[in-house]
Amino acid sequence: MRVPIDWLSEYVGVEITPVELAERLAMTGTEVARVLHHGPLSADNFVVGKVLSAEQHPDADRLRVCGVDTGDAEPRTIVCGAPNVAAGQTVAVALPGAVMPDGTTLGEAKLRGIKSSGMILAEDELGIGGEHDGIMVLGDELAAGTPLGDVFAVSSEVLEPEITPNRGDCGGLYGIAREVHAATGAALSAPPWSHDPGEATIGQAPAGISVTVENAGLCPRFTARIFENVTVGPSPIWLKARLAAAGQRSISNVVDITNYVMLVSGHPLHAFDLDQVSGGELTVRAARDGEKLTTLDGEERILDADICLIADADGPTSLAGVMGGSRSEVSEQTTRVLLEVAVWDGANINRTSTRLGLRSEASSRFEKGLSPEGALEAQAMATALMLELTGATLSDGTLDIGGEGPAADVVRLRDARIVSLLGTPIERERSQKILEALGFGVEAADDGLDVTVPHWRRDDVTREADLIEEVARINGLDSLPATLPLNRTGRAGGLSREQQLIRRAEDVLVGRGLCEIVGWSFTDPQVCEQLLLPADHPLRALVVIENPMSSAQSVMRPSILPSLLDAAAYNLARGADGCALFESGSVYRAGPTNDGMAANEHHGLGAIITGPARLPSWDDAQPPAARIGTAHALVSSVLGALGIDWEVEDGELPFLHPGRTAMIRTSEGLLGWFGEVHPAVAASWEIEQPIAALAIDIGRAAAEAPAHSIFSDLTSFPPLREDLAVIVPAGVSAASVVTCVTEAGAPLVSRAEVFDVYSGEQVGEGRVSLALHVDFSVDDRTLSDEDVAPLREKIVAALKSELDGELRG
Amino acid sequence: MIERVAEIQKQAEAEISAASSSAALEELRVQYLGRKAELPQLLRDVAQLPPDQRGEAGRTANEARQSLEAMIEAAAARFEADELTAALAADKVDITLPGSPIEAVGHHHLLSATRREIEDVFCGLGYSVVEGPEVELVHYNFDALNHAPAHPARGRSDTFYIEGGGEGPDQVLLRTHTSPMQIRIMEQTPPPIALIVPGRVFRRDSDATHTPQFHQIEGLLVDEGVTLADLKGTLLAFARAIFGEGRELRLRPHFFPFTEPSVEVDVSCFMCEQGSVADGGRCSLCKGTGWLEVLGSGMVDPNVFAAVSEHGYDPDSHQGFAFGLGIERIAMLKHGVPDLRFFYENDLRFLRQFG
Repeated sequence: MRVPIDWLSEYVGVEITPVELAERLAMTGTEVARVLHHGPLSADNFVVGKVLSAEQHPDADRLRVCGVDTGDAEPRTIVCGAPNVAAGQTVAVALPGAVMPDGTTLGEAKLRGIKSSGMILAEDELGIGGEHDGIMVLGDELAAGTPLGDVFAVSSEVLEPEITPNRGDCGGLYGIAREVHAATGAALSAPPWSHDPGEATIGQAPAGISVTVENAGLCPRFTARIFENVTVGPSPIWLKARLAAAGQRSISNVVDITNYVMLVSGHPLHAFDLDQVSGGELTVRAARDGEKLTTLDGEERILDADICLIADADGPTSLAGVMGGSRSEVSEQTTRVLLEVAVWDGANINRTSTRLGLRSEASSRFEKGLSPEGALEAQAMATALMLELTGATLSDGTLDIGGEGPAADVVRLRDARIVSLLGTPIERERSQKILEALGFGVEAADDGLDVTVPHWRRDDVTREADLIEEVARINGLDSLPATLPLNRTGRAGGLSREQQLIRRAEDVLVGRGLCEIVGWSFTDPQVCEQLLLPADHPLRALVVIENPMSSAQSVMRPSILPSLLDAAAYNLARGADGCALFESGSVYRAGPTNDGMAANEHHGLGAIITGPARLPSWDDAQPPAARIGTAHALVSSVLGALGIDWEVEDGELPFLHPGRTAMIRTSEGLLGWFGEVHPAVAASWEIEQPIAALAIDIGRAAAEAPAHSIFSDLTSFPPLREDLAVIVPAGVSAASVVTCVTEAGAPLVSRAEVFDVYSGEQVGEGRVSLALHVDFSVDDRTLSDEDVAPLREKIVAALKSELDGELRG
Repeated sequence: MIERVAEIQKQAEAEISAASSSAALEELRVQYLGRKAELPQLLRDVAQLPPDQRGEAGRTANEARQSLEAMIEAAAARFEADELTAALAADKVDITLPGSPIEAVGHHHLLSATRREIEDVFCGLGYSVVEGPEVELVHYNFDALNHAPAHPARGRSDTFYIEGGGEGPDQVLLRTHTSPMQIRIMEQTPPPIALIVPGRVFRRDSDATHTPQFHQIEGLLVDEGVTLADLKGTLLAFARAIFGEGRELRLRPHFFPFTEPSVEVDVSCFMCEQGSVADGGRCSLCKGTGWLEVLGSGMVDPNVFAAVSEHGYDPDSHQGFAFGLGIERIAMLKHGVPDLRFFYENDLRFLRQFG
């Protein structure tokens, strides 16, 4: 919304600069996005001139040499190119020294040999509309030399306030003026609708039109007046100039009046050519599904049953509260005007304009919710202008369906409540002054004030807290003390155990040299193909966005892996040799959940490493490439830090290398996976090197982690360590060897761990040698070789019988 | 014999003193104390002496042997230390070479680091941290938070809706703010409460200053007698912890559906003095205003308490404040990041600068 200061000043005596006013408004609740300038920077050197003579230029067919009286002692010579310039006209003249809207300063110039000391202006040269075909011709009553700024607003500062959704009353200049009055103390004029020339017609319906409102819920009030003998034509220059400064194009006097009144009152109006209203009847009703209407912008709109329209005998003629229809549009031939001012249901208008993708000055005002009383205020103001500017006569009668809104609320504002909500008092007299300035009715009460809410704030101010906000915002919050709330219950606050563990897990990965990324929650549904997911794979249960911004961002990621691959591909394409990345964030699957959530979300922790397992350096020129072991080590680090017991299990995942896929199992179930990304998947991200990857449901891991560690005595009786080298058939897993040793050596084997793997000639074809550290211990004494020897034999026997294994060498 | 021992000892001592390396010393040890050397031989021969001579001769020879052994050992220790010193000196490495492995520690993303920093401030003020679902219901995201049916934020041009969701309050969307957790928490926890809700939120907006996903931290404190002044004091403590001591706050009245009164909160700019930098120019961070807009907040609207009244929240006796801040915004202001897009490109050259 644009508020020209010059125009605003008609309603409130602004005595501070526009920038100061913008600041004051911002500090009282009306943010001002911008202060800009309309028209020339100054009205200096723009005057009224009288064309005394207009002769053909001797050397140019299209130029006239004019003698123009600009109030100086002598007429000045001005060369003019407009075809319509003629002696006797009263015109607008820019004198040498005038600064034009584009910033250039007008000088004296020779045009084809004749010196021109000024310029006769067309409308567009002052930023008023697009009219450039001819100069603008002013009223003859104006004296030569009159400053143009006295005739209309040549130059104006313009505020662009951002009106919050609760302030439908600030959709018009007078509402802003009321705010300025309350915020600055500047004097407020009576509203421009105080005098209604049609007041006598209220109480009876006009002849010649019948209106039916089928759904009063969608149309709480519908008012109309009929104007006869209307002469449609251009608007006077002052009106055009004001509309232009407010960012509106001049169309014709009738249409301009509806726009002008809307800009002042905040209440949209619509003018019908009454002769084009078929059957002399209008019906406000819900549209039928598929019903069509061509709106004023020339678009054919396809409607549905939730949209409210106005129809005549021939069908839809206007899209209620959003835009008129072209069929009943006011044209140059119009002589009878039906002026409609209605109130529409804000939510319905919002839905309609969203559904049709059609936002208008009207819809943006109606959707904030306007008061029924405002309809007749707009009628009053428009009636005066119709009579004055179009030569119309008002038919007897004011159609009014719905009438005024409910009686005003009276809300008690207690002094004590102000203190308890704000933490600081406001004097009762001060509250009263503020509320009265905003248009509230105020009566004294025992413990405060009884406040009557004006109709234009009916929906917004209904409770004591709303009144406290009103007095607080106008009183100013500068002097509010800064205190801390009492902590009556002694709450400790802090991170939960799970949150601490998730931080710990992230810290472990950072400590291992990984960089955290923040990926997009959105992804492309094509990601299922990229991940080679078969048709029935559970990851295909996507959370799908109904109204995505693009198809590439139309579903929620079902796994954290694609985000990591995106980031890796991005960095590899920009010259990185490799990368070690992790992300800690939400992963989404469709489907009901057992805890009443709308989708199945979990907190995932994923990591990938591609390229060297660690960065090469002068001391470590060729570190090994990251492979499954790299991922395994990271999983061990993370879960070890959380104190979680886990084991590796065989598994299959479509997006992982089938020979290098491992599932992470705990006593509670599967917690995640690690491995190497399937080369075909990597290739679809244009990555040609092995990628070690892992993903853990870290939310569940943190929940599963033991609450705290319990002491074990590992120092009083050190373990007895033996190293075993075992040759087993290839294909026997390390984990099964460890399990076999641990079980056979129970209960004394406290740890068994593979530290070397060898295959080759010395162990024979199809066999592999594993070397293990094996610790034997008990908690009450140091073990001797004699204690361990029998277990050792049991272990060897078990390896032989269970795994076809034998001790090496 | 005693004379011979003395002679040997004297000669050996001279040679040991003159020895110049541990190798030479070893030769001398063999020469004088080795199995075939003269002095041990003399010691063995003591047994053949007449008994009255044995005592003195044996003692003398033994003392000489022990003395030489000690002398050789002392010299050897000296040589070893010297030789080790020399060897270490020869083993010098250019200490200005980079560490290896080159970069042992990774980085938290700036958004995570900022989130943690803010969480820690509020944990210190006695707040708990809770998180909630990103895929939400209209009920929690809008209805229970007092959004009018026509509130523009509900529109399909502003909010992402999810296919297959329910109707009305059960319609499913991507949460547009972290505020739904206000309701979820109050449904589960009776007052008093003090908590913050960090998390990812979504709005249908993409331009130079908006990304369709971003991160917020919601704050909610409810108790009896909580005031707007308490909100100001709390946010002042936050602003000073994040942006430095000496920061001041400015509260500007605003409108949010779920707070009343509502205020936008500005923090005094930490890069300038009231909009001007040291050389008198206009501060580029605050655009010369001296203030940085950091968050929206207000006193919890009575209608929000009414939505959870059955869980022990009484609009007549309970008051509270709520605030919501953008993590991206705080990170950009504090670290001078000029463009939102850096946060989601995940370029290593960006990531390695922070956290």
